[in-house]
Amino acid sequence: MSEDDLWKRLARLTPARIGLGRAGAGLPTREVLGFGLAHAQARDAVHTPMDAEAITTAIEALGLPVLAVASQAEDRATYLRRPDYGRRLASESRDRLTAAADGPVDLAIVVADGLSARAVHEGAAPMLAALKPLVDKAGWSLGPVIVSVQARVALGDEIGTLLKARAVAVLIGERPGLSSPDSLGLYLTFDPRPGRSDAERNCISNVRPAGLSHDLAAFKLHWLIAQAFSRGLSGVNLKDESDAALDAPPERASLPDTSV
Amino acid sequence: MAYRHLVGSRTHVFADLAILMAKATPVRSGDRLAGIAAESAEESVAARWCLAEVPLSEILAKPLIPYEIDDVTRLILDTHDQAAFAEIAHLTVGDFREFLLTASFETLARIAPAVTPEIAAAVSKIMRNQDLILVARKAQVVTKFRNTIGLPGTLAVRLQPNHPTDDARGITASILDGLSYGCGDAVIGINPASDSIRTLSSLLGLLDDVIQRLAIPTQSCVLTHVTTTLDAMNRGLPVDLVFQSIAGTQKANASFGVTLPILKEAHEAALALKRGPIGDNCMYFETGQGSALSADAHHGIDQQTLEARAYAVARVYRPLLVNTVVGFIGPEYLYDGKEIIRAGLEDHFCGKLMGVPLGVDVCYTNHAEADQDDMDTLLTLLGAAGCTYVMGVPGADDVMLNYQSTSFHDALYIREVLGLKRAPEFAAWLEEIGLTDGEGALLSGNAGTALLTAAPDLAA
Repeated sequence: MSEDDLWKRLARLTPARIGLGRAGAGLPTREVLGFGLAHAQARDAVHTPMDAEAITTAIEALGLPVLAVASQAEDRATYLRRPDYGRRLASESRDRLTAAADGPVDLAIVVADGLSARAVHEGAAPMLAALKPLVDKAGWSLGPVIVSVQARVALGDEIGTLLKARAVAVLIGERPGLSSPDSLGLYLTFDPRPGRSDAERNCISNVRPAGLSHDLAAFKLHWLIAQAFSRGLSGVNLKDESDAALDAPPERASLPDTSV
Repeated sequence: MAYRHLVGSRTHVFADLAILMAKATPVRSGDRLAGIAAESAEESVAARWCLAEVPLSEILAKPLIPYEIDDVTRLILDTHDQAAFAEIAHLTVGDFREFLLTASFETLARIAPAVTPEIAAAVSKIMRNQDLILVARKAQVVTKFRNTIGLPGTLAVRLQPNHPTDDARGITASILDGLSYGCGDAVIGINPASDSIRTLSSLLGLLDDVIQRLAIPTQSCVLTHVTTTLDAMNRGLPVDLVFQSIAGTQKANASFGVTLPILKEAHEAALALKRGPIGDNCMYFETGQGSALSADAHHGIDQQTLEARAYAVARVYRPLLVNTVVGFIGPEYLYDGKEIIRAGLEDHFCGKLMGVPLGVDVCYTNHAEADQDDMDTLLTLLGAAGCTYVMGVPGADDVMLNYQSTSFHDALYIREVLGLKRAPEFAAWLEEIGLTDGEGALLSGNAGTALLTAAPDLAA
């Protein structure tokens, strides 16, 4: 086998950037520019403002009412420096949410820009389209879908409290990796209230076309919500065994996990 | 007692040493987030003037975190070398800066055990980047396990072959890639995606196998929690270096699930294995500014001083390697390239001044205001500063940890620009198997074939 063929074979074994070749001590031009493009896409994902109107329209088209809000971080630079601001609602948004809140609901859904508006632009509506039939079938009541700019995951705690929700699901743009600028994360928190820790949430990560599909992510989220409602908790003590539910008979999936 | 400094008609008052140290710190987002940063540019410089006049003996006498409530403070004071301190006890922070600029490497080695992290941090705050580089370059910290790290004129590289699912063949492919660029003398170290003992066992076996088959004079490490590595050692698995992330306060270490007695136990267990043929430095620590704040364990102390306190923890276990993961934590602690570069130079300086073999993970995340150009700048400055080692990640893109570090190519760049050599035993091995010439330059064309000839069934 030639040296070139050898590296081509090895490169298939890992997504890592190996066998790049070199020009003296430097990278070949195509690799420098390829890396530059990947970084540019990741940066754009972080800094492109979320188009809340377009997101709202797309979600309303699914037959879901929407309310748009903002966190206390007034711009991207503040958002990046002050994670605490991204976890609290702006006072005007809080008032609007309070006014809009009706009786208790089962599930609050929050769509948040997080660190990748691109992930939300491309993934939020398809994700909800996949989730909605499962929610309808389960008969869970929903509040309005809350679309929030400059939001962190924990903003869902305040929103869930105001909407009197038993659980909150936050669909949020994840910190973009160099090869994954479009990744959506789904965070589930049972009995949301400010001060919940990350250990009290379940996370489904890497939801994107090249990662976890919307259908599979919706299946997992639905499974976790059902488990959270039946066991009265979320987080490290609720292990994602939805894979078993896919493969095994249904009664197997409903067994509580006692291993953690 | 409050500290005061007069600028024109305005008196700046700093209520205590912790506040003075925080305000004197070149401003960064983490200290702002903690609410302890200087509120104006003038206040920051006033604090530096004021800090320059504080005697080193006063810093020693006023622990920032009380002895009674923090075991890192107790460790710092209980291990302080009073005899060595006599040489610098009469100096102020400002005097100490000038002392360091003129000191020889022998002097720096002599006073290292007298330098507490608070003293190192204080003097770093009144130093410019060039001071941090110049003094660190003179400090020599040499450690050994299967090769010799830290000799003057050398820079080592950790080969970091991470894989998102810990796939053995994928990891092996990345190791071969790194070796073909002459990287891996500091350590071949994997961050596993899974922390199960089963994964750890297979990865330790893989690394031991590669190192033995190719007879590489280097050491391996799987960077998992110290208690898991202890478990691995108890099971007789081939552990070269024990890894742990550490921080500068007892509470922050507790958030990592680690205590000083656990570290001591792991150190003793690793020593007892006697796996290092030429030396017994068998610990590997990682640190990073902001870790204490993110664990809500910062006691109102600035993040750079707390980082230096982590080196005091590292120091007592005589580590082979310590590195600050300087840009990993994110922009809420270090906002942009400028803050990351400054922090990298401070961390390296403080570590070396304290006698710790400091390397730097020159890195950033995609939500920081930084890019490859900033990393080139920091790498070049650290090369000039005599940094012990840097990371070698394929194409600078860590596909498991999702951040950008330095690449195998970056190591070639810094060697060519600054004439830096590899660890001598590793350099001799590369020449012996035909990957490099006598000067350490890569011979082109057949690196992969040469490695696979030496160990035919790797990555089969």
